[in-house]
Amino acid sequence: MRTPFRKTAGKVALWILTFVLMVIMCVPGLWVVLTAFRPNAEVLAKPPVWIPEDPGLTNFAKIFGFAADQVAIPVPSYFANSLIIALTSTAIALLIGMSGGYAFARYRFRFKNGIFLGLMLSRTVPGIALSLPVFIIWSKLGLIDTKPGLIIVYVALNVPFTIWLIDGFFRQIPKEMSEAAQVDGCTRWQAFWKIEFPLAKSGIASAGIFAFLTSWNEYALASNLTRSTDSKTLPVGLMDFTAQFTIDWAGMSAMAVIIIIPALILTFLVQKHLIAGLTFGGVKG
Amino acid sequence: MQTKRPPFWQREKYTPYLLLLPAILTILFVVLLPLIFSFYTSFTGYRLIRPESLWQWVGLRNYERIFGDDDFWAAFVRTIVFLTIALNLEFLLGLGIALLINKITWGQRTLRTIMMFPMMFSPILVGYQFKFVFNDNIGILNNALESLGLSDGAIPWLVDTYLANFAIIFAEVWMSTSVFAILLLAGLFAMPRDPIEAAKVDGCNAWQVFRHITLPFLMPFVFIAMTIRSLDVARAYDIVDVMTGGGPAGRTELLWTLIARTGYDNARMGQANAMGYISIILSIAFTYYFFTKLIASRRYMGGAD
Repeated sequence: MRTPFRKTAGKVALWILTFVLMVIMCVPGLWVVLTAFRPNAEVLAKPPVWIPEDPGLTNFAKIFGFAADQVAIPVPSYFANSLIIALTSTAIALLIGMSGGYAFARYRFRFKNGIFLGLMLSRTVPGIALSLPVFIIWSKLGLIDTKPGLIIVYVALNVPFTIWLIDGFFRQIPKEMSEAAQVDGCTRWQAFWKIEFPLAKSGIASAGIFAFLTSWNEYALASNLTRSTDSKTLPVGLMDFTAQFTIDWAGMSAMAVIIIIPALILTFLVQKHLIAGLTFGGVKG
Repeated sequence: MQTKRPPFWQREKYTPYLLLLPAILTILFVVLLPLIFSFYTSFTGYRLIRPESLWQWVGLRNYERIFGDDDFWAAFVRTIVFLTIALNLEFLLGLGIALLINKITWGQRTLRTIMMFPMMFSPILVGYQFKFVFNDNIGILNNALESLGLSDGAIPWLVDTYLANFAIIFAEVWMSTSVFAILLLAGLFAMPRDPIEAAKVDGCNAWQVFRHITLPFLMPFVFIAMTIRSLDVARAYDIVDVMTGGGPAGRTELLWTLIARTGYDNARMGQANAMGYISIILSIAFTYYFFTKLIASRRYMGGAD
């Protein structure tokens, strides 16, 4: 028999082992974050400087154009583009997704499975393979290097997953609730907004966060469909730093931090829904 | 008195189709039509710099040329090997992490949150991050090795063929292991305790319990993770594009970076679209394979389909 003491010691050892593993996993990311707060000279120093001697927000001031020596990369407009494109495409994808998800959750109709499969299959197409024909068609339509051009693509990218998630959230709400409301004189439209929408709201919000993150982080399509400050997003702009002969590691890290902050906050918010959403029907079907 | 028949858009029978219309139109316009168009261009000698070549029908020549091209086959085989190694490593590491965290009772939430850290990084950031870490001159890895006295020169992580491929797989595994870990952890949480207790009473050792009870139960979750991963394997394009750009001399080129180079840099759209189709078929095959595995493992568990 194991003594209580040895049992506790084992537990502590296991905990420390896991914790150390997790921290090692985080080191590369934390290193980038740390670099964002130190001057480039320190990053390039030989022998290496491990602990920042002169931490500060200079890099952020530089890339946003507040510092004396500015970086020639228009980060503020990339930031604005990213925000506008991600928010607009998310809003549209949510509307389309709610309407489609409701149809799958509440109606039986012909070709239901076929349509669902078709929507999901559209998601398997690699972004880069899709970008080729879209690039040709968009340039004929004058949509290259415009925000609407990218927004339309992102809506299509997000619609299948949004429908899948929202369908699941509507299914969890008993049909009888909206039927009761209809008996009491509501139209189906009113019943939806008064009963089903409020109940599915948090689920819909997390579907929205997924859609936002997909658009916010997308690179393969954006890098080929955008050209200038009119529509370039942050992930594409990140590459501007490497286009020069020498890489501005500190500036690039600062920009990386700007890209990751919204992702960090939003992923943290939807942790619970993330797992629930992804394991839908894991075993029970 | 005769009631007027409502117009068709108000009839119950058509409601679901109307509700789905926006979704279908979007996919039609942004995915299906472009794909039909790219299927057509894959039979033409279309080059971006000569628009009239869009009408130049060349039959199967693009496909013949691709299949006779060593660079294409090298990229194709490398993509398959890359995916096989990456997915298996992600599964094993993810399983290990999930089992470890599942054992821990105190402070589990904290560890779980730390575990999700890489999931917050987009592929482009992962690529940049490891371009930085593996940099031969100022990268943290070389600096650390030198400080510890383990190497005396700058190891060319992203220049040497083998090391560069290793670095790319490392980045991919770093990015996606948490997807497996989190899904397998969800599986472990959902697992009933009774069969394990019963097996222990019957004298099974820890390995037997794991092999014959835990693992079969986890399999559906493994295949959910695989299916989800196979939907976005092409995101590796972002990583490779940032880290090495397919270089040195095309030795880290994956199918997806080769497509981009052929289509945009060399302006051979017809040929690039032909490759694009091969990559699409590859993606669908991967997804389909894991999806059928998922259905089969669910049936094995006696669940509904």
